[in-house]
Amino acid sequence: MTTLQMIVTIAVAAAATVLTRALPFFAFPAGREAPRYIRYLGRALPGAAFGLLVIYCLRDVSLFSGSHAVPELVSIIVTGALYLWRRNMLLSIFAGTGIYMVLVNFIFI
Amino acid sequence: MGITCGIYATTLGLPWWIPPLMACLIFAGSAEFVVASMLTAPFNPVQVFLTVFIINARHLFYGLSMLERFRDQGRKRPYLIFAMCDESFSINFSAQAPSGVDEGWFMTFVSLLNQLYWVVGCTLGSLFGSALALQVEGVSFAMTALFTVILLDQWLKEPVPASEIIGIVAAFAALLLFGPDMFMIPAMLLILAAVTLVRSRLEPVLDAADDAGGEHEDACAGTANPANYGNDTEAHAGGDAQ
Repeated sequence: MTTLQMIVTIAVAAAATVLTRALPFFAFPAGREAPRYIRYLGRALPGAAFGLLVIYCLRDVSLFSGSHAVPELVSIIVTGALYLWRRNMLLSIFAGTGIYMVLVNFIFI
Repeated sequence: MGITCGIYATTLGLPWWIPPLMACLIFAGSAEFVVASMLTAPFNPVQVFLTVFIINARHLFYGLSMLERFRDQGRKRPYLIFAMCDESFSINFSAQAPSGVDEGWFMTFVSLLNQLYWVVGCTLGSLFGSALALQVEGVSFAMTALFTVILLDQWLKEPVPASEIIGIVAAFAALLLFGPDMFMIPAMLLILAAVTLVRSRLEPVLDAADDAGGEHEDACAGTANPANYGNDTEAHAGGDAQ
């Protein structure tokens, strides 16, 4: 990507973010109640979005070649289990990433 | 978290000024991780727009909850809306301005300080990442770990994890059908269709759970529980002051 394309990409992302934050203020100026469907989407989409994002992160991992997704699976399980135990987000991220780095750099080379 | 975002972006090979620029203009943690990753892929503004919109769809809710309180803020209003990330919202929604302090200025400074911490964090991480310069394999897993934790947190909070399962299954199906470079937009359409399809079953369950949690202070289901959003502060990893 060229520098200009990078800046355009960031501007587009900024516009999409501002849109989610500002839309209610334009759509419902006089305290008009939001349509039920819109409220439902705002409630139901975030969970799905993070499911999508986990898959997005793993999109280039192959089950059938290389290390057969073992480093990814192990690290995700460690990340999740640690979070269930300590409920500390940064701890889980650092531990999961650390284990992944050890696995891909020293074990599954 | 800002430091993590900065290190992550620069170890992807992006220039050092990208994370601070994103922190200033986008100011939404999870979206910035994804945008950083998309900056290393071919130019695709439509996909970036839709992805960021879906990731930040929850902010629609924050706006609905703050309609009244931002109404009379005049010149401060545009910035208050622009800077309403997860943390700014959760603080401004639940905290009371001390007596004698103007509520508008209180909320503005909460948002401004929040963003300042985020920009400084991203810049520090960015400079640190660039200074290291060596490309260690595996740092990019930080993003996977981040979203795994947020997904898990969402899953645990829901009465039924229907949305989370839909997200994973639809995305995986789209990935198998369209391949890693093309699957995001079909996946989002599939998610929208699936969520709409189960609405008649899912909506009453979600509403009932929100009611039981005492979250219905106004018409915006699921937004009116400050305690709940207080807990979210870490988990959502929006613009974050850590």
